[in-house]
Amino acid sequence: MKKVKSYDVVVVGGGIIGLATAYYLVKNGVRKIAIIEKEYIGSGSTGRCGTGIRQQFTTKEHIVLMRESVKIWRLWEEVLPKPIHFRQGGYLWLLRSEEEVNEYRKYVALQNLFGVDSRIISKDEIKEIVPDINLEGVSGASWCPSDGSAYPQDVLDSLDTFLESHGVDIFDYESVVEFNKVSDRVISVKTDKDEYTLDNLLIAAGYATKSLANKLGFDIPVKNYRHEIVVSEPLKIFLSPMVVDRSLYFTQTYRGRIIGGTDTNEEETDDLTLTYNFLQKFSNELNNVFPKLSSVRLMRHWSGFYVVSPDKHPILGPTPFKNVFIGTGYSGHGFMLGPIVGKLLAHYITHGMFFLEEANHLTLDRFEKGMLIQEKAVIG
Amino acid sequence: MDKKNVIICRCEDVTYEEIVRAFNEGYKDIESLRRYLKIGTGPCQGKTCIPLLQKILYELSGKFPSNITIRPPETPVPFGIFLKDPKK
Repeated sequence: MKKVKSYDVVVVGGGIIGLATAYYLVKNGVRKIAIIEKEYIGSGSTGRCGTGIRQQFTTKEHIVLMRESVKIWRLWEEVLPKPIHFRQGGYLWLLRSEEEVNEYRKYVALQNLFGVDSRIISKDEIKEIVPDINLEGVSGASWCPSDGSAYPQDVLDSLDTFLESHGVDIFDYESVVEFNKVSDRVISVKTDKDEYTLDNLLIAAGYATKSLANKLGFDIPVKNYRHEIVVSEPLKIFLSPMVVDRSLYFTQTYRGRIIGGTDTNEEETDDLTLTYNFLQKFSNELNNVFPKLSSVRLMRHWSGFYVVSPDKHPILGPTPFKNVFIGTGYSGHGFMLGPIVGKLLAHYITHGMFFLEEANHLTLDRFEKGMLIQEKAVIG
Repeated sequence: MDKKNVIICRCEDVTYEEIVRAFNEGYKDIESLRRYLKIGTGPCQGKTCIPLLQKILYELSGKFPSNITIRPPETPVPFGIFLKDPKK
């Protein structure tokens, strides 16, 4: 008979949320942690994301969480064992009418209130930040210099190295087959290779979180949407901020490549097929803002999921099961929120509560209670 | 010949030694190695190095690794090709 391994916490999902939570569980003194990933680390949404990290949101919940997340990103750049290439190059959000400028003035005021250093800037100031930009039809921009980007796969490699050196077991290419439950607790998880008994379970499996929750018998009201993204050949570094124009976003990575995407208003889907329509829309929008880039060569094109919740905010923490916790529904902001969500979830698992008041508004039961908070600034 | 400094990926300057080191660190399949070392992500899109990497992985593990997912385009093309009105 094979020996059943037992863990204090089993994390399902080897993306930024799973790894960041395991990182803070280690910091909180939890000894026996396992991460189960059905492919390789970062194969889901994290490894496919657009690298951006921003605090320019329109709700108190997002602004406060992202302010705290940026603090951790800065810390991680210093303390993690391998470089993660976190860079505070700013987010430049182009506004195309006076009404829009006035609307964003309100968001900037809210961001400032919670300690984010964003401001509305003029066309001249935009030219100073990105000299080659085409400002035809632009009235101004919302600018936050402490926003930025990091390199997703390097972040995961670095966290992975930290976790393995602290005795966390990472099982890749292993997928969850079933959960064994006794009344309102899960006692073990069976994978296609092994079985693990556990005290606490975190499901942070990106687009698969909903179906795993369904296996346990509860529903998470999220939908998967395909979003496409491209990367160009490497160029000499000339662009530091993430430029946002309506649904278009692009920046330059530390390796010199232009990375960016746009929204093609797809229906809900579980299909990651790439479309020509996206390439056409992206190229035209890019050419409109930055004509010089139209001669740059496109190198790779891929897609991933935005797991979108009804109010475009994450769904964090407790579930109908006493020892099961979830993190999902980031609506395209999971990578940037990763560090703070990891810290919040680890704290919830070890202490039974969040340490940020705002996170209490983000639990699954808000949908039953009808307490939704709407995010307006979702891009790509 | 000393294989150590042989360059396997010419676009990203990845050497044989780096691949062996990464393999020993636990990056044992092509997808993970590609993301860690950036091997095969240069302008040739892995056409030269990925077959060599498969051979090296076979030598190291005794198993022939599966191939990577091929992503479009086959060769790099300018963004301008997709413009609806290229004169602009």
